[in-house]
Amino acid sequence: MGLALVLALIVVPEDGDQGISQRIFYIHVPIALTAYFCFGLGALKALLLLWRGDDRYDLESYVAIHQGTIFGALTLITGAIWAKASWNVWWTWDSNQLVLFLVLFLFYCAYFMLRFSLEDGPRRARSSAVYALFGVALIPVSFLAIRLAEDFIHPTVFTREGPQMTGSIFATFLVSWAAVTLLAYVLYRVELAGKRLDADLRELREALE
Amino acid sequence: MTYLSDVAALGRKDLRVELRGRDTLPAMLLFVLSALVVFHFAIPDDAGDTAAYGLLWVAIVFTALLGLARAWVPEQEHGVLEGLLLAPCDRSAIWLGKALATLAFLLASQAVALPAFVLFFEPLDMTALAGVLLADVGICAVGSLMSAMAAAGRARELLLPLLFLPLAIPLIVGGVGSAVSPDGERFLLFLLLYDAVFAVLSWASFEYVVTE
Amino acid sequence: MILGREVEKRYGRKRVLRGVDIAVAAGGFAVVTGPNGSGKTTLLRLLAGLAVPSRGDLTVEVDRSRIGYLAHEPLVYRELTASENLDLFGRLYRMPERRERIGMLLERFSLWDARNERVSTYSRGMLQRLALCRTLLHEPHLLVLDEPYSALDEDGAALLDRELEALVGVSTVVVATHDPGRLEPFASGGLALA
Repeated sequence: MGLALVLALIVVPEDGDQGISQRIFYIHVPIALTAYFCFGLGALKALLLLWRGDDRYDLESYVAIHQGTIFGALTLITGAIWAKASWNVWWTWDSNQLVLFLVLFLFYCAYFMLRFSLEDGPRRARSSAVYALFGVALIPVSFLAIRLAEDFIHPTVFTREGPQMTGSIFATFLVSWAAVTLLAYVLYRVELAGKRLDADLRELREALE
Repeated sequence: MTYLSDVAALGRKDLRVELRGRDTLPAMLLFVLSALVVFHFAIPDDAGDTAAYGLLWVAIVFTALLGLARAWVPEQEHGVLEGLLLAPCDRSAIWLGKALATLAFLLASQAVALPAFVLFFEPLDMTALAGVLLADVGICAVGSLMSAMAAAGRARELLLPLLFLPLAIPLIVGGVGSAVSPDGERFLLFLLLYDAVFAVLSWASFEYVVTE
Repeated sequence: MILGREVEKRYGRKRVLRGVDIAVAAGGFAVVTGPNGSGKTTLLRLLAGLAVPSRGDLTVEVDRSRIGYLAHEPLVYRELTASENLDLFGRLYRMPERRERIGMLLERFSLWDARNERVSTYSRGMLQRLALCRTLLHEPHLLVLDEPYSALDEDGAALLDRELEALVGVSTVVVATHDPGRLEPFASGGLALA
């Protein structure tokens, strides 16, 4: 895990000459992509849970979505920093990416409220799984909605300054993406192992009663 | 076609229960009218005409939430839902019957709300009305499922809006767009897409939400 | 007809039913006893098909449409009348000619006079009797009854006695009860949960 963190940090100084806006891009986009991936993974585990009827997938789905939400929050934060650096505002409704993440963030926060409000058991596992699937369906539909909403919500005032992906920049981006993905994977394994340990301990205690 | 007759029997039951109990529908009617009046005072004079359409949709969504929060209450009294689950009918039929009945209530409340809106605020054309209809389908499909999910938990009145609102955002975009945009048909198509995706998803997943 | 080995049910961390073995032959009459919290209700729900075991094997060789389950709650709609409730369930249980049977059951359980009154006006005893009607409505092959005598007065209990007597050997019956003595004349076997 330490290696992943170091990797992620090293990548950034490599582009010290390109300004903060560029630098944040290298972290912001990989984080966003990783968040999508985590939500996707969570939905996949959810599907497996419903299909195979095996509650073991519940924990895996939950941890994946938990990671996704954390990275989603980071996406919003780095996105805000990027917006401040590029256009001097902390938030803009013009970045479809950011707005989409805001909607998804709300959705997945509700996921945790759902889990919090239901008793542990097959009911909670199944309902969470169904909700996770809805989340994944919501991603493209929301994106489409936001695109359509551009029509009448805000006139586009800011032009988007995405960096051109030429050779060395692309390489840097890839390294950064790999580092963030690795970080996410490590965090996922750590959290999953921790939660599994908790569950096993509890089972052991029960069996001894 | 026993599936459809099951759905019909269940839907009819929902209508009958509501007509006897008479608590949800009057509340929805009153709420939507009150909301519209509140909006009149809440919008400043110089806000654009289009702001009113946005507020119409806020009113619709929150009225729907009111109805949806009560949707599964009859099934929870005396534990009837288990009685339905024991029966050989397909579990998804229970959801479909409920969604259709909720749609009926929502449309009934809009039969009052929409004329009131036109009276107080802005006109509505055919595209806008089509948008309302299509969005209603999505609201009832997804809402009925989310309501069933929330009903099993502790703070169900709090949980339902949280679960439902992010999913309602595309519907609001579709609804407002169909009323406001010159290219309203695009938004109608979008609503159709939403309905197709999420109605099927809700129909297929209801079984998993209610069984143990 | 029913065969269960090491059947276990847990809700998250709570284990409500521990390693239970159960065997009931077709036409048998099993009486399940045990203190509160021993998992009687859970076991019955597993038999009725309302839940799936977390562990162990459970086979119930009866189709869902042929199972009658009497729960602690009456499982009827408050705002509908007895007739409407039974009509709805009759429909859902695919009974095209149900009027006669509904009428007969309501008569038998002394609910005929109240059949067009909303269930919300019923007393507890009446609710229990209506629940029994609902349970017996579709002539189930397997009856799973969870404390059927609760809330019944003398007359109601006598009615139930007669019903159960008629069912011995005809349908398979599993009853959970606090009063096993009453069922002794019918019982072919028992299961005591700790």
